[in-house]
Amino acid sequence: MTQRRSYSTQLVQFLGSMNLAITLLVVIAFASIIGTVLQQNQPYPSYVIKFGSFWFEIFRVLGLYDVYSSVWFLTILGFLVISTATCIVRNTPGIIRELRHYRENVQEKSLKLMNNSHTLQLNQPSTSLQTTAETILQNQGYRFRTKQTENNVLISAKKGGAHYWGYWLTHLGIIVICLGGLLDSRLPIMIAESKNLITPETRNIPVSQVPKQSYLSADSLAFRGNVRISEGQSTDVLFISVRDGYLVQPLPFEVELKDFRVEHYSTGMPKSFESDLIIRDPDLKEPLIKTIAVNHPLIYKGVAIFQADFGDGGSEVDLKFNAFTPESTAQDLKGKVFRDYKISNATTQYKLELTDFRLFNILPVTDEKGITHQKNVGPSVIFKLRNAAGEAIEYTNYMAPISINNQNYIVSGIRKNPGDPLLYLHIPVDEQGTVNGFMQFMHNLQDADFVRKAAMTATQQSMQDIHLKSPEVEQQIIESMVRLTEVFSTRGFDGITEDINKRFPEDQRKNVNEAFAKVLNAALRAVYLETLKAKGNSNPTEKDWVFYDDSLSAMANLPLYGSPWYVQLTGFKQIQASGLQMSRAPGQNVVYFGSVMLTLGVFLMFYMAQRRIWIWLKPQPNSDNVEMILAGTTNRQQPEFEKFMRTLRQAFESTSVRS
Amino acid sequence: MSVSNETLNELLTKPSFFQRIKSQDWIWAALVLAGGVFAFVKYAHAMDTYEQAFLLLSIPALIYLGWSWRPIQTYTTAVTLISLLGISLYGGVYANGETVFGLKYLFSSQSAVMWMSALFVLATVFYFGGLVTHNEFILKTASAITWTALVMGLVGLMVRWYESYLVDPEFGHIPVSNLYEVFILFCVITGLLYLYYENSYKTRSMGGFVLLIISAAVGFILWYAFTREGGTIRPLVPALKSYWMKIHVPANFIGYGAFAIAAMTSVIYLLKEYGTQKAPDSFVKYLPSTEVLEDLTYKAIALGFAFFTIATILGAMWAAEAWGGYWSWDPKETWALIVWLNYAAWLHFRFSKGARGTPMAWWAIIGLFVTLFAFLGVNMFLSGLHSYGEL
Ligand code: HEM
Repeated sequence: MTQRRSYSTQLVQFLGSMNLAITLLVVIAFASIIGTVLQQNQPYPSYVIKFGSFWFEIFRVLGLYDVYSSVWFLTILGFLVISTATCIVRNTPGIIRELRHYRENVQEKSLKLMNNSHTLQLNQPSTSLQTTAETILQNQGYRFRTKQTENNVLISAKKGGAHYWGYWLTHLGIIVICLGGLLDSRLPIMIAESKNLITPETRNIPVSQVPKQSYLSADSLAFRGNVRISEGQSTDVLFISVRDGYLVQPLPFEVELKDFRVEHYSTGMPKSFESDLIIRDPDLKEPLIKTIAVNHPLIYKGVAIFQADFGDGGSEVDLKFNAFTPESTAQDLKGKVFRDYKISNATTQYKLELTDFRLFNILPVTDEKGITHQKNVGPSVIFKLRNAAGEAIEYTNYMAPISINNQNYIVSGIRKNPGDPLLYLHIPVDEQGTVNGFMQFMHNLQDADFVRKAAMTATQQSMQDIHLKSPEVEQQIIESMVRLTEVFSTRGFDGITEDINKRFPEDQRKNVNEAFAKVLNAALRAVYLETLKAKGNSNPTEKDWVFYDDSLSAMANLPLYGSPWYVQLTGFKQIQASGLQMSRAPGQNVVYFGSVMLTLGVFLMFYMAQRRIWIWLKPQPNSDNVEMILAGTTNRQQPEFEKFMRTLRQAFESTSVRS
Repeated sequence: MSVSNETLNELLTKPSFFQRIKSQDWIWAALVLAGGVFAFVKYAHAMDTYEQAFLLLSIPALIYLGWSWRPIQTYTTAVTLISLLGISLYGGVYANGETVFGLKYLFSSQSAVMWMSALFVLATVFYFGGLVTHNEFILKTASAITWTALVMGLVGLMVRWYESYLVDPEFGHIPVSNLYEVFILFCVITGLLYLYYENSYKTRSMGGFVLLIISAAVGFILWYAFTREGGTIRPLVPALKSYWMKIHVPANFIGYGAFAIAAMTSVIYLLKEYGTQKAPDSFVKYLPSTEVLEDLTYKAIALGFAFFTIATILGAMWAAEAWGGYWSWDPKETWALIVWLNYAAWLHFRFSKGARGTPMAWWAIIGLFVTLFAFLGVNMFLSGLHSYGEL
């Protein structure tokens, strides 16, 4: 029996010990780091990619992908609460004694042993010293009791009991905060899950198809989840992400998104995100119409509705497919974001997956002076083009030409993998601001007859200029021009280099390369001049030659572009979606209450020191002298108290001298 | 409570708080009240209820601050007058900042901040100079330079607040929204806290060390201003458009400033401790005693802890309004908690074990690095919801 009691005392001792408290504080601090270093609640596959399947599994078992909801982390927090509570319970009787008692039974010996102890001999009557002492103590805010024994007088004084209120408030505050947090935590979900009452859904399926097993009760005490609504649509559920899946939380009302807006500053930076919401609820006579914005949520039926993010809600886009090659047919398409479309070519079938539409694109743009500004370059459409083999390239196409170094281009960004940086194709625009000029030039290059005609004209002209007449040479030159142009227009500069590498030994390649470059250049210029002439321009200006250079750079990149079309955005009707976060947190006010306790408590503990002063007056036999023992203790602000006690001593000494 | 010059009479006649208030203090109170009421009448229409409440509450707070530490009265008056001068020089035209002499070279926010920077570095040199030569005059000069730097720093912030409305009325916001601005705030708060301790402990020997950390912050400000255009006034992102920012950020920086001072007094502690053994005749003999340094470290950490507690709670309240939950375990929040737990452990260690000495000093120094990571490192290395202060 005694054995057992001592075990439980030891347990209480341990739980309420400062050592445990300090250890817990440090352990929680370290454990918290994990979740800041390892991004939490990401899709599981991304962890597998990062850590490999072996470590992925170990980390998963340790709960590292959602540390702050892991059982071990919550257990440590639980220990903190228990430890703090035990600590309070253990300290409270002592504190109550401290608050109540004046310690009038203190021994003379222990007074003399105190840190702040002064023994003085004063030649004043004991009664007058007593009055002085009492007045001083009272004025300094001390409460005191005076005890007379025979001739001796003992004044026991104290102040600063608020320090202990601070102790209670601080530590109770911690407990209150933790309990409030617990109310809002996911503990109920974790328990229901461990009992197999619910299972998170991991498939990306419409809400209507989500099985009941993934539904939470409509009257969950606390929840926090997200939902995205397109303009004109409504929802009566919320999605709560759980590890690599989600649960569905029914709402006690229905929310419709009437309109979503992004307001911009003059610089083009977003100024505010706002959603006009309509709340429908049988309990309401009329639907509630409210606008929410970042930092300005709406609270209805205990559910707070926040503006969290936004995106496209299925905009309608008009697309024009400009074919780069004759065998691809030009075509038009009216599409909707998030839908897929079949697009075919003479040879291949493609799937066009429209993924996003953006009305504003703030990009760094360099002006004539070489200064880079953030500028809105207008709408863009983002889509993937997937070939028959299932490989897809993602394209970001801007609707309007973008000015770079004073030259306007149609810009299209591409990337093969989601995380990659975008690579850009710059197509120069013609006078009308379209890609038609470029396309015409390109089609002419691909047209063997056109090339031959241009090559002939140019060659004859230059042979005439140097007064040379040789049909064989002429024919040879024209043939090379035609062939090189063909290689270039199908496989770019790389194609030509490949050919040279195939056909010539290494020591000749450099010379051949130079010769080919001259011929190709002549051919391309010839075709360009012919193209201009066809448009009635027989006097190319500097601007035309810039266009020529830019066209060639663009064509040189085309073999990497991967799409047989330049897909042009010609019109749109934007439909936006607003990302809402909704939460019900009954623990919030509990947490706030605990926080107020904590704050008050901390200030009281730091700035109110519990102080005791004893003044013992002992009239000396056979003389007028009185021995005064002036002693005191404090639990904080030692230096200040020492100083005060010395002042007090001087004060008493001065009374003595004065009289 | 300071009882330094309490005489018997004072002890006897109960110098209540109001009796200790001098007539100068009443003038101070009247001025603050007048200024506060003026600001309220003029600008209340542009504020929401919370902001109005903050303005009204700041009146008694400032009066009390000036009463408890009188130099604040002179300081605030100087800052107010110079800021008003700067604002009037602008006369509502932002371009004046480039043409009017008084703005271009003195009181436009960027110039004022440059002055602050230069003066802080100069003060650091003077403090160290005064310490090694044990020259009281140099040390007093150092204090005066520090005061001037503090005036320029706060003037810089005040004028910048006004400038932000001049650039574009829609941009206007309190200048605590990016790293450039909060580092200035850090310099000002740390400097003021330091001077408070300098006054109440009556020693100038620690100045160089504390100002070393301010000088480091100044280095950052200059780097940020010159390489990242930190000084450019930009509009607020929507997430920061909240009255919470006005109190959350300053409360945080009182915490950071106090922790910085605690770390530096710990450095001095270590110097004193080791220096007294190795080279007792060097400047270390002019440094305060280890007991004083320990006490000062404790006081600074306690002050920092108290304000950091408030700041974190305010942050949680803001998060509840902006992100939909008072606690999301966002990296910034979590690191604030780590900083807080670390100092809570430090405080408990000191009281449970009565721990003193070098380990506690080292711990306080490490504490500053933890704090620094929470403040800067999180923005640089970790991703999260906090959208402010990207490098
Ligand atoms: C998150 C948890 C806790 C926090 C934030 C906290 C905070 C504080 C603070 C700020 C002080 C004041 C220190 C000072 O005056 O410098 C304090 C004192 C104290 N704490 Fe805690 N505490 C916590 C948990 C605990 C636990 C679990 C115990 C139990 C062992 C404990 C026991 C004490 C004691 C005995 C004091 C001294 C009170 C006095 O001044 O007499 N604390 N605490």
